[in-house]
Parts: sequence; C-alpha cells; structure tokens
Amino acid sequence: MLVIEGLLKRYPDGFEALKGVDVTIEDGELVALIGPSGAGKSTLIRCVNRLVEPTEGTIELNELELTTLNRAGLRRARRRMAMIFQNYALVERLTVMENVLSGRLGSVGFFKSLFRRFPQDDVDNAFALLEKVGLEGLHDRRADALSGGQQQRVGIARALMQDPDILLVDEPTASLDPRTARQVMGLLADLCEEHGLAAIINIHDVPLARDYTDRILGLKAGELVFDGPPEELTDDVLPEIYGGEDWSKEPSEDDEEEEDIRSSGQFLAEEVL
Amino acid sequence: MSGTSSETRTSPRRWRRPPMIADARKRWALYIAIVAYLLWATASIEIDIPRLIEGLDRAREFFAAALTPDFVSRWSDIWTGFIESLTMTAVATSVGVALSIPIGLGAASNLAIRPVYLICRTILAVTRAFHEIILAILFVAMFGFGPFAGVVTLIVSTIGFLGKLIAEDIEAINWDTVEAIEATGASWWQKVIYAVTPQVIPRFIGLSLYRLDINFRESAIIGIVGAGGIGATLTTAFQRYEFESVSAILILIIGTVYAFEYVSGAIRRRVL
Amino acid sequence: MPVEQREDTVVWRRRDKRQAVIHWFVTLGIAAVVLWCFKLIADDTTWEFVWSAPEQGADLAIRMFLPEWFVDIPQLWRDGELWVHVAEYFRQRGLYAMELWDPLVDTIHIATLGTVLGVMIASPLAFLAARNTTPSTTFVRPIALALLVTSRSVNSLIWALLLVVIIGPGMLAGIIAIALRSVGFCGKLLYEAIEEIDENTRDAVKSTGASGMQVLTFGVIPQIAPAFAGISIYRWDINIREATILGLVGAGGIGMALQSAIDTLAWGQVSVIFLAILATVVLSEWVSAKARAAVT
Ligand SMILES: Nc1ncnc2c1ncn2[C@@H]1O[C@H](COP(=O)(O)OP(=O)(O)OP(=O)(O)O)[C@@H](O)[C@H]1O
Ligand SMILES: [Mg+2]
Repeated sequence: MLVIEGLLKRYPDGFEALKGVDVTIEDGELVALIGPSGAGKSTLIRCVNRLVEPTEGTIELNELELTTLNRAGLRRARRRMAMIFQNYALVERLTVMENVLSGRLGSVGFFKSLFRRFPQDDVDNAFALLEKVGLEGLHDRRADALSGGQQQRVGIARALMQDPDILLVDEPTASLDPRTARQVMGLLADLCEEHGLAAIINIHDVPLARDYTDRILGLKAGELVFDGPPEELTDDVLPEIYGGEDWSKEPSEDDEEEEDIRSSGQFLAEEVL
Repeated sequence: MSGTSSETRTSPRRWRRPPMIADARKRWALYIAIVAYLLWATASIEIDIPRLIEGLDRAREFFAAALTPDFVSRWSDIWTGFIESLTMTAVATSVGVALSIPIGLGAASNLAIRPVYLICRTILAVTRAFHEIILAILFVAMFGFGPFAGVVTLIVSTIGFLGKLIAEDIEAINWDTVEAIEATGASWWQKVIYAVTPQVIPRFIGLSLYRLDINFRESAIIGIVGAGGIGATLTTAFQRYEFESVSAILILIIGTVYAFEYVSGAIRRRVL
Repeated sequence: MPVEQREDTVVWRRRDKRQAVIHWFVTLGIAAVVLWCFKLIADDTTWEFVWSAPEQGADLAIRMFLPEWFVDIPQLWRDGELWVHVAEYFRQRGLYAMELWDPLVDTIHIATLGTVLGVMIASPLAFLAARNTTPSTTFVRPIALALLVTSRSVNSLIWALLLVVIIGPGMLAGIIAIALRSVGFCGKLLYEAIEEIDENTRDAVKSTGASGMQVLTFGVIPQIAPAFAGISIYRWDINIREATILGLVGAGGIGMALQSAIDTLAWGQVSVIFLAILATVVLSEWVSAKARAAVT
C-alpha cells in the first residue's frame, strides 16, 4: 500500500510543481494519473522513488517512510518500486538480456554485475519474462536495434525483473503508434493482475486510461482535482482537469517533445472515441 | 552470440554476455597482440635509475620554483617574447583565416568545380602533413631567424586546419536551402552569400577563435627552433636551469590561454 | 530591433543605430590592433632575407633532394659513370633510412604509451569534471576543470623540455610529455560527452536500486564508450605527429635524428627523415580512420 500525504515539491527556481497531494493506493490497484502537460505527473511519480526529492510531505510504501531514508535505505526501497519510462530509457548499447538483468542491480554485488555474473535464478526468470512480453529469442539483440514497442517491452521486463510491489509508469505509450500503445497497455494491465502489482500510470490518452485501469486520478497544476473510477470520468469532468482551452502553463524546456506528446494524445483520443 | 543461442533450447538456460568479437580465436589473438605490443613498447623504454634519482632533486627544485615564479630578473626578455608571441598570433590568425576561406570554399566538393577542388585539397593535405615545428624549421631556413618565419609557419598551419574544417562544414550543409536560393535565380556568389554562409558562419567564428588560441600556444614553441616568440626565451631559461623564470613564463602562457578561453567563450555566447 | 519606424515607413536594418556604432568601433579597433601588429612584425623582419627566400628555398630543396654531383651530371653521363653515382646515391639514402627504423618505432611507442597513460589519467578527471557525475560542483569540479585547462594550455614540446631537464633525455620524458598534454584534450572531450548522456537511462538504472558504481558502469559508461574510443584514437593520431618532433628537445623518437641531421647541416638526411615522417603520419591517419570506423 502506498500512502502519500501532503506531498509538496518546490523546484530550486521556486516553482511549486506539487501543492500538497494526498492519495492512497491499495495493493494491486491499477491507477491512471491524467492531467495536462506540466501538471506535475512526472514529478509526482519521481517523488515516490525520489529521483526527485520531495520538499514536504510523507510517502509510505508498506508502512515504510520513504522521504527520510538514507542512501542505503533508499537503494533497498527502490528495489520494491520499478519504473517504466516514456522513452524506454534502455541502455541502448547493451543487449536486451543485459537490460532486463539490470533490473536486479539492486540485489547483485558490484563485481558480479560488472562481469555479468547474475545468479542462474535471475537468468531463468529473465528468459521467462522475455517470453511473457513476447520477445523470445531476442535476448542477444542490442537494445537500440529494436522497434519502439519492443523496447518498451524490454522496459517492462526490466521492471518486473525487480519483483516490485508497485510499478511507477511514466507515459508508457506516448512514443508508440495507437495499436502498439493498446498492446502495451494491455500487457501492463495483464502483468499487474498476474503478479498482483499496484501501478501508477501517467498517461495522456484518456480512452486508454478508461479502458485499462481501475481508478483515475486527475492532476491539475499540482493539485488533485479528480479521483474516481473510470465511469465517473465523463466528458463533462474532462474540462475540469484539462481546463477547457487553457494550456497556458507550458514547460519551457522540451517544448517540441511536449508538442509531440500532446498532438499524439489528441489524435489518439479522437480516433478511439 | 552463436554459443548462447544454441544453449537457449536446453534447460537451465545459461546466459553469457555475447563478446564483442564473436570468433573466439580472433578475440584471443587480438588480446594477445595488444598485451604483447604493450610489453614490447614498455620494454623499449630505457630507464636510467641514477638519472631518475638525480631528477627527484631537480623535480623538487622545479616545484619549489613553480611556487616562486620570478618575473623580474628576465623581465625584458620575457616581455619582448610575450609581445612578439601576441603580435605573431594576431597577424597569423587574421591572414590565415582570410586565406582559409577561399581555399575552404574551393575544397568543398559540392561547390567547387573539379580542378579547383583537387588543387585546394592538395594544398590542404600538404599543409597538414607536417607538424608546425617542422614547418618552422623549413621557414627559418628560408626566411632567416625571427618572427617572420614564425608568422608564415602559423599562417600555413592555420590554413591547413581551418580550410579542411570549413570544407567539411560546407559539404555537410543543408542543400535544400541552397536549392531554394538557386530557385530564385541567384548567381553562384549569391548562393554562397545567402545560402551557404549563414549555415557555416557560427561554427566558422567558433573555429577561428579556437585557432587564435592554438596559434598563441604554438607561437610559444616555434621559438625553440628560432622562429620568434616567447619560446626562445623559454628555451634559454630551461637551458640555464632558471626554473623561476621558466615558471613565470609558463604562468604567463597559461594565464593568457585562460583569458583567450574566457573571451572566446563570451564572444561565442554573443555571436552564436 | 532590426525594424525601425522612420517618417511613417518601417525600415528594416540588420542593426539599430547604437548597435551599428558599437559594431563599427569594435571592428575598427580590432583592425587597428591587427595593423599595428603587422607593423611590429615588419619592423622585426630583415627584409633582405625575406626577398632572398625563393633562392634560399630552391637552394634548400637542392641540398635536400639532389646529390652534390648533380652539376656534373652531363660530365658523368659522358664518362658513363652516372649510373654508379645514382646507385650510390640511393644506396646511401636507403642505408640511412634503415638507421631510422628504430627511432621511428620508438616514435610510435611514445605516441601509443603516452596516449594510454593520458587517457588513464583523463578518464577519472572527466568524471570529476562533468556536471552530472561530479561529487561536488562547487569544489571538485573547478579543480578538475583547472587541471584540464592547464594540461591543455602547455604544449607537449614544453612538457618535454621540462621533463628532459627533470628526468633526463629519452623516451620516458617523451611518453610523459605526450600523456600530460593528452590529459587536457581527452579529458575535455570526454567530460563533454558525459554531460550529453541520456539522463533518463541513468535514472532508469538508479531506480532499480543500483549503487553509485553500478549506475556508472551500467547507466553511464555504455553510453560514452564509443565517444571514449573515438577520442582516444583521434588523440593517438595527433600524438604520432607530436611524437615526431619531441626528439628536438631530447625526448626520444625520430626527432633526435632530425636534430642531429640539422645540427650537422646534413640536409640530405633531413629529407629522408621528412619522408619517413610523412609515411608514418599518412599510415597513422589511415589506421586511425579505420579504427574509428570500427568502434563507432
Ligand atoms: N527541474 C525542474 N526545475 C524547475 N521546474 C521544473 C523542473 N522539472 C519540472 N519542472 C516544472 O514542474 C512542472 C511539472 O512538471 P512535470 O514534468 O511533472 O509535468 P508533467 O505533468 O509530467 O507534464 P508532461 O505531461 O508534459 O510530462 C512543470 O511546470 C515543469 O516546468
Ligand atoms: Mg511528464
């Protein structure tokens, strides 16, 4: 169970990306986090595994307070939370297998990992996961020689390799075509159910969120404005989250990327609706 | 790769990272060759232990001197050499940059006609083949001792350096822009001015500033073979074991390079 | 700014008035300084020598490439002794070229070992200097950067001068000189490569609970490996060129032979050395181009 209370994040430039968020996520619950660009979705999930340091508030994973952990404690806690990235974030020059096995880095000693001497159990598990995500036989392929959908599957396998309690997923489908996006979401949902995993999935594609998750959180300008089952997220509620025509607060960096994400999201919305 | 894929069918499935060179014999041959070469090369270093021990004293002397640089006793020599280095740098860079433009244009295969291209490429290859010091030896033999030979040396190596990079830049430009300008009925020169120049100018300015920096550093060494600049003062100081003066000269050189780097950084930020 | 309102028409200029004035002053100032430098150099030049340069050059070329007896060629031809002389000429040059073999191999050793040593010192420094891997931006990073700039601003020939005085003439001084100069060059390019890595990948490795060293070996080093290899090979190619002249100050390699040939005004030998250097440089350029294509 993940309990977030009063989470506030102020970036060094003074900007408050999160203004006190309270949310509880039960074991095995699949939660979609939606909201306009710049709402703080990435910031929220990155605060959970402290890739971004929270400014105020508490985050408890299975009764363990994360915000005050020291480095060793944080490393141990990070093993329980796996992250999946929009741009896959694979180590492109390593093979698929090495990428999947890198999910075990938190549990394997430095020299073992340096010489790639992972325990046989991990290797077996990795082969099984590759099969499960549909990448059988590709283990020696270099990661950058895969298509986007395949790379995201490797990312998912790497995350599951950690044997986590919760998945933190940041826009898993934003760089994929509509069909692959649905496949990847379906895969994520199936795997979460199979392993009894909770997941927070940042996503711009509202229809996908409705179809595959149990619960939807709407974030707007750092505040939670919606929390409920997919059925309650009707078209009248959407403007409340996305603020009608208002897209004013734009992140200055990565403008192009944001542009892309948004347009593909809208395109998807229109197509699927 | 070959080893692991056949093993995937048996269970338990083993996994080894696929080696960079798949053929084990070739891989080991390469490792052995590298080790053998390093051993051979290391063995050919002749180490004179007594001399090294004597060197410890010298080293201590030098580091002590490095902390107490003496700008005063050879100040007039140092100052003359330093100013000479700076003037050589200024002259050589301005002339070299000016000359490298036509040669760079001529050496760009997408702009120049074939004969011009070949001539310019030959000029660049010849000017780049030899180290500045070797050029300086030749030019000193031709023009006599003094900064003139040094300036010619620096001009020639500036042309070799900038000309080649400019040519490569021009060959890499976005050709659509050129065609768009061509479509307006522009002449060859108009094409160069409106379509080519804007694409290469920022990097060209950056490279010229970088070359200014290099030329100053080179001007500090070609004096060793008599081509003017602070290098002559430096060599003399070394030969007389005047480490305090050596240290002063080195500090002057490093300080100037720092200053160049700072100024060119500032200019680059403004221009680019 | 470039558009200005002038008597109700809008005029387009590249610069506004103030900018234009500043621009002109700066340009004029630079031009004046450069012209003044021209004058200083001109004052320091013995122009008779410059005017006689073509003659001197021709004379030099003759002494380098032609045998002493070349004025007697018609006479020798009539006497039927020309071929003997020609054969002798090439035999002597061939013999001298054989003598150059060892110094040439030494030159390559100096360049290679110097590069290896330089890269070994440069890599940790680069990690300390890169903004995203340094342990401290306020303390460690400036020191690492200062070391890199210092290494870069002192030419390898000056390092060699210094080392020859300290540890004595020979290859060792050359190797260390090459290494010390390479540190700055490789270190700078390397830390720039490190700063350009994909941070997402690094975050991904971090979020598995990996330790600092594991993040480095899994998340950072694979990303910079090609750049690392490319930079090292590039510097090796430059170092071959540098190593050919270190001998002029006693730091080993073919430059030693060059020094003694110049001291004895044996221009014939100098020309053989130049050809040997040229061949080595061309060869190293070819090797490095091949090697770089192979690693990237
Ligand atoms: N390092 C940073 N420094 C300052 N402000 C930041 C930083 N990172 C993010 N922000 C700001 O925090 C806000 C939230 O960013 P975040 O990346 O969490 O948005 P998001 O909801 O994930 O957006 P998107 O859907 O576009 O990914 C944005 O306004 C952004 O500009
Ligand atoms: Mg985001």
